Amino acid sequence: MAAIGIIDYGMGNLHSLGKALERVAGAGRVVISYDPEELLKCDRLVLPGVGGVRECMKELQRLELNQLVIEAARNKPMLGICLGMQVMLEWSDENGGVPALGLFPGRVTRFPDPPEDGSANRLKVPHMGWNRVRQTRPHPMWQGIPDDAWFYFVHSYHAAPADPAHVLGSTEYGYTFASAVARDNIAAFQFHPEKSQNHGMTLLANFTQWDPA
Amino acid sequence: MLAKRIIPCLDIDRGRVVKGVKFEDVQDAGDPVEVARKYDLQGADELVFLDITASVDDRPTLFQTVEAVARQIYIPLTVGGGVRNCADVRALLSAGADKVSINTAAVDNPDFVTEAGERYGVQCIVVAIDAKRVSKKNQPPRWEVFTHGGRKSAGLDAIEWARTIVQRGAGELLVTSIDRDGTKGGYDLELLNAISAAVSVPVIASGGVGNLEHLYDGLTQGGADAVLAASIFHQGTYTVGEAKQFLAGRGVLVRT
Repeated sequence: MAAIGIIDYGMGNLHSLGKALERVAGAGRVVISYDPEELLKCDRLVLPGVGGVRECMKELQRLELNQLVIEAARNKPMLGICLGMQVMLEWSDENGGVPALGLFPGRVTRFPDPPEDGSANRLKVPHMGWNRVRQTRPHPMWQGIPDDAWFYFVHSYHAAPADPAHVLGSTEYGYTFASAVARDNIAAFQFHPEKSQNHGMTLLANFTQWDPA
Repeated sequence: MLAKRIIPCLDIDRGRVVKGVKFEDVQDAGDPVEVARKYDLQGADELVFLDITASVDDRPTLFQTVEAVARQIYIPLTVGGGVRNCADVRALLSAGADKVSINTAAVDNPDFVTEAGERYGVQCIVVAIDAKRVSKKNQPPRWEVFTHGGRKSAGLDAIEWARTIVQRGAGELLVTSIDRDGTKGGYDLELLNAISAAVSVPVIASGGVGNLEHLYDGLTQGGADAVLAASIFHQGTYTVGEAKQFLAGRGVLVRT
């Protein structure tokens, strides 16, 4: 039976993601695990994430999951969410600079701090709440989701992919940043589909059906 | 661009939604899952659950409630009330809360906020500030922080405290005016504006909403990023959808 593996490297709350995937997976199983062998048996993998990038990379390495991700990224449909998207780039500026998995060329950079101009209506960091995602190119992950749909974001850093061809969606927050990237069998999103109501559930359902081959 | 958020707040007592005026005349207002689903369908951007259960023995009931809601509602859920240490934070997050709101414990021990932020990410640490105006008329405005449900002064300037606790790791502030809470006279806009200007993280306005104009004022003059309201939604005066329609008509960006 088809199984979706959620890579559990011990940071953050996988409860809602697991429940959301179970809801859309139909007959498919959802496995939450840190065991590389068990995860390699899964047909699809999800790399979630909250927290800081240094701790995330450290835990992935300690649990020998970084190799698993890189290996699985060669052929299995793979979904990155939030920090799970950010660690797919080569480098993150967070925590003083941390090398990451390098599945996409480019880096992760911070939103500039709001100016100390005493105005109450400045752009705050973290970028927290509902924002729109412009679909920069068609993709099976967008099926059934209108362009400029609202998704829920919580983050202070964002991906800056080096290759514009990898950008799948973009969002405005002071400037335009890449809120979704994809290549081959990998798709990754800065927002939280599991917190983004109907459109988020559609996106997760699309992932369970996605056949990149 | 980022939408302004509308957040219904639900008081939870022993696994039920209750409503009352200032903790008096508390009435049963339904099953948390049903009420949460109703607001979700109306277009609520997030939900806040405030546990007002007096007894710690009833804590497991709260976890069951959070779990039941998180299983069905796919928008962010914040849970507050009695969050005292990292074990509480962890238990609530594992039950399915996306954020926890910390109030008295942040004042008693700011290190707790730092520790929780480092461990679980600052994005899930909301600090609730209950502020009361202490300046006299014709004086420059000044507010103090109160704890224990607004009964005890912490002896802290609210604006200074907001700055401090954000430096200590709060990812968002829930600012309630004790003077306005329950009055339906509108938010304390000066307080909101002063705190919003002092910190770099999002501010949620709370306390005093009586009509939709008040929501608009909080988001514009108050500079808040989100507005929290309880009674106008619970009493059915307005739906969340009506609130959004009103705000959109006044040029505020909301998720539709």
